[in-house]
Amino acid sequence: MASKRESNFLNMVLTLFIVSAIAALALGGVYTVTKEPIALAKKKKLEAAIKTVLPEFDTLRSEKIALGDGEDSLVLYFASKSKKVIGTAIKTYTMKGFSGRIELMVGFLQDGTINNTAVVSHKETPGLGDKMDIRKSDFPTQFKGKNPSSYKLDVTKYGGDVDAITAATISSRAFCDAVKRAYDAFENHVGNDKK
Amino acid sequence: MNQIKNFTKGFIKENPVFVLLLGLCPTLGVTTSAINGLGMGLATTFVLVMSNLVVSIVRDVIPDKVRIPSFILIIASFVTIVELVMQAYTPGLFDALGLFIPLIVVNCVVLGRAEAFASKNNIGSSIIDGLGMGLGFSFALTLLGAVRELLGAGAIFGFNLIEGELMLAFILAPGAFIALGYLIALINKLTSTQN
Repeated sequence: MASKRESNFLNMVLTLFIVSAIAALALGGVYTVTKEPIALAKKKKLEAAIKTVLPEFDTLRSEKIALGDGEDSLVLYFASKSKKVIGTAIKTYTMKGFSGRIELMVGFLQDGTINNTAVVSHKETPGLGDKMDIRKSDFPTQFKGKNPSSYKLDVTKYGGDVDAITAATISSRAFCDAVKRAYDAFENHVGNDKK
Repeated sequence: MNQIKNFTKGFIKENPVFVLLLGLCPTLGVTTSAINGLGMGLATTFVLVMSNLVVSIVRDVIPDKVRIPSFILIIASFVTIVELVMQAYTPGLFDALGLFIPLIVVNCVVLGRAEAFASKNNIGSSIIDGLGMGLGFSFALTLLGAVRELLGAGAIFGFNLIEGELMLAFILAPGAFIALGYLIALINKLTSTQN
């Protein structure tokens, strides 16, 4: 080893302390600088997802809905155009993905019909489960225009109406689970004040 | 060792994946497609060059007995900084590679080169070593990713070449090991006939 400094106790403690201190400073600094841009990027991504799943709107009102013990809350986005509510986007999730949590944005029209869906985040296998993203395959297009009151949200293999992604049954079912969760929330919170 | 040899050794003769057998965890996990392999390889190259640079600068100041913890601190800090910066300023790229970035910390290539080379050589040579090893690593990952993508999904870099059901095992873990094993054997054969 080419180190010219003796490995005595003082040197070792001092070195580790200084390296840690500099690392901590650098990390803290970068974290502070990037905190806002990261929050902004996340916000932009959500807004883009909402715009994808709903027809044109000019105002958005958001509401967080608790789902009960042990379950995460969902966020509902009520979209209005010219003061009239034209749709609801729901940020939903499922824990049944092949690799864990999947977050989706589902856009419902006022009668419960699915306008469109968008993937917010997932950790599914590239080449298999990640085909749930519109950029990788047209799996999500089959949900457009379907109303879950008559459209069974599960894959055909299990008695539903959804065509699963080949060799990615678990991911496909998880996608359906997230959409179903969103529809249930829609029924409970929006269905009641249909005008 | 002259700098040209220093740079090119990372490609075949001392390729980190095929010859040194370093960093196999991220290699196997990430190479489900050619573009994933390439992206991970380039991100690792960046961290490798930066960590080689810093380790080379402080090589005479860090006492021998605490060099490993110090190197790990330096490497982990760089990777976290890269992750935060990508999340803040290149959200599209982060969505594509995000899962893989933390894996760079545990990539033995980075710690291995810091210990075997950067801690014993000057700054210039260390940078070139980092660059050569990193690009060799990228080459290995892209090659493995391309093989797995071709055999498992019939595509390369997203371009579909073969239609229909292929050997899905290659997108999953067992196929990764098999493909890597054959590639290592192939490279061994090629380099032994060269000598």
